[in-house]
Amino acid sequence: MDWLAIAFQTFSATLRVATPLILCAMGGLFSERSGIIDVGLEGKMLASAFAAAAIAAVTGSPWLALGGAVAVSCAMALLHGFACITHRGNQVVSGVAINILASGLTVVFGIAWFQAGGQTPSLANSARFMPLAGGFSILVYVALAVVALTWWVVARTRFGLRLRAVGEAPAAIDAAGISVTWLRYRALLICGVFTGIAGTYLSISQNANFSKDMSAGQGYIALAALIFGKWRPLPAFGACLVFGLLDAVAIRLQGVSVAGIGEIPVQFIQALPYVLTVILLAGLIGKAVAPKAIGVPYEKEH
Amino acid sequence: MNARTKLPLWVDIGVIPIANVLLAFAVAGLVVLAVGASPLEAVKSLIAGSLGDSEAVGYTLYYTTNFIFTGLAVAVAFHAGLFNIGGEGQAYLGGLGAGLAALALDHAVPSYVAIPLGVAGAAAIGALWAAIPGYLQAYRGSHIVITTIMFNFIAAAIMVYLMVNVLIAPGSMSPESREFSTAALPVVSDILNGMGFAVDQSPLNLSLVLALLCCVGVWLLIWHTPFGYDVRTLGFNPNAAVYAGVDPKRLTVIVMCISGALAGLVGVNEILGVHHRLLLDFAAGYGFGGIAVALMGRNHPLGIVLASLLFGILQQGGTELSFDMPMITRDMVVAIQGLVILFSGALANLPRPWLEAPFLWLAQRRTAATEEGP
Repeated sequence: MDWLAIAFQTFSATLRVATPLILCAMGGLFSERSGIIDVGLEGKMLASAFAAAAIAAVTGSPWLALGGAVAVSCAMALLHGFACITHRGNQVVSGVAINILASGLTVVFGIAWFQAGGQTPSLANSARFMPLAGGFSILVYVALAVVALTWWVVARTRFGLRLRAVGEAPAAIDAAGISVTWLRYRALLICGVFTGIAGTYLSISQNANFSKDMSAGQGYIALAALIFGKWRPLPAFGACLVFGLLDAVAIRLQGVSVAGIGEIPVQFIQALPYVLTVILLAGLIGKAVAPKAIGVPYEKEH
Repeated sequence: MNARTKLPLWVDIGVIPIANVLLAFAVAGLVVLAVGASPLEAVKSLIAGSLGDSEAVGYTLYYTTNFIFTGLAVAVAFHAGLFNIGGEGQAYLGGLGAGLAALALDHAVPSYVAIPLGVAGAAAIGALWAAIPGYLQAYRGSHIVITTIMFNFIAAAIMVYLMVNVLIAPGSMSPESREFSTAALPVVSDILNGMGFAVDQSPLNLSLVLALLCCVGVWLLIWHTPFGYDVRTLGFNPNAAVYAGVDPKRLTVIVMCISGALAGLVGVNEILGVHHRLLLDFAAGYGFGGIAVALMGRNHPLGIVLASLLFGILQQGGTELSFDMPMITRDMVVAIQGLVILFSGALANLPRPWLEAPFLWLAQRRTAATEEGP
């Protein structure tokens, strides 16, 4: 096989693995730029993966599945908002709750509805988003479009300007007569839509059914990518591609000896995104500065 | 008029936490109904399965032990205003510390030397795995929540690598180390049987005693020492702590060490107490369970023991429940943990207005009565 073919194969594999990361990272970007920490990307993606697989198994329609998955993900985003915006609860605690809740409830309902140990039935190709002419499913192209859309909205629109402002100085937004609450709820809903698409991709495009805990930490990797990209759309997209590449390469490097180093343990490559994020956050390679008001519930002055 | 009336203390520390937990269980009951089972039958089966006989009680208390350790770990960090989500990784690597000490020493020294060193190993590696995020937060400004999450995954990768490539017993098919027998903690059922009480075998071991000692230790440390006062000051108001002469950076690292050491002790219960060998995934779920326990127990050792007991009952009862009701598995317990974290943590203030209303009304009546009086 010549190098060009290998390079193209690796690129395709990277893009396929990176798609859920990209969608989650862009969703998380809206949430976190508005000042709401989103540890719950993982849970939203897992719950919507289950919803998509369940609906596709029952109706046979991938489009209905996508709609249902987005609805479930948005419902969880609203729950996060209800706890963090309306009731000013701890955002990390709420995110952790959503993750654990999704991990438990998907299997509980999976067993109740499909009696297969929490798995959903294997889907026929007609009920899935299959690869199109270019070799990628339509959701991969959606993810790329989402990156462009996110960049344009955040950098070029009035909503984006307000979004950035509310994450840095919510009091200023409030003083300008704009509702902090409504702005943040909208940001969370956008996040819900994107993570819903990510979950759909996971269970009915990349795979042909839902299985227990199938998101396997990808929501956290997306969060790491978002931080690695310093909460900006294009760098975060780049980080998703790098982390996706590591994942794609880890499979290829299994048992292969690299000249001068010897065999690289797969676990090392798998842990690399987390290690790199820790190193970045420690300020050893550049500096990642979070939105200033992140994690702080906004309390209106009377 | 000041709308925020102060609630009586017993409402604040008694009624509201219970209301939060009841809300969580009410939603859990709805989920049980939704999957077509009877919540009442489920509770009956759960209690019989967790408290019905001495074996069940032993298992329940064995699970309780793990929750006490991780609950205390989260609570100690909370008191300093730190959120340690890394209990999962600290418990996992704590087990590695216990196991490495036992594997190195079990042929060399008697068990009364090997066991304390195993406990020390668990605490030390747990502390180290929490101290690094603590250091990075204090001195490098990286957010402890994110770093501890990342450290959970790094810990998992380290364990898989070590178990598959280094520590696996020669000739073993599954990634498990060789068994060490002399560094095993005494089992409670053996002790009780030796004393003449007839109880069934269970994995409950002396780690429970260690856990209860840790509760007393944390209670003394946080509420009855100058150090604990500093910790609570830091958690309450970091600026005030600085004015009071506290070095917040140093304190952050120390508190994370204590927190990580407590989480690491899960490894003592699992590795020295039950499995007597190193293996994979023995600590899964306890780190996150500890968050639920700490929130439910209001970060107080007594509350943590009660919350841990409840989660021990759920964990053991949930296993038995799945035999009676195949549609309800241990995953239901995971969902309940999520609900408890949601209602006791993120939505802790949800029932407050409703509970506040009657007291507000009473207080207004009382003021009205004194104004009208002579």
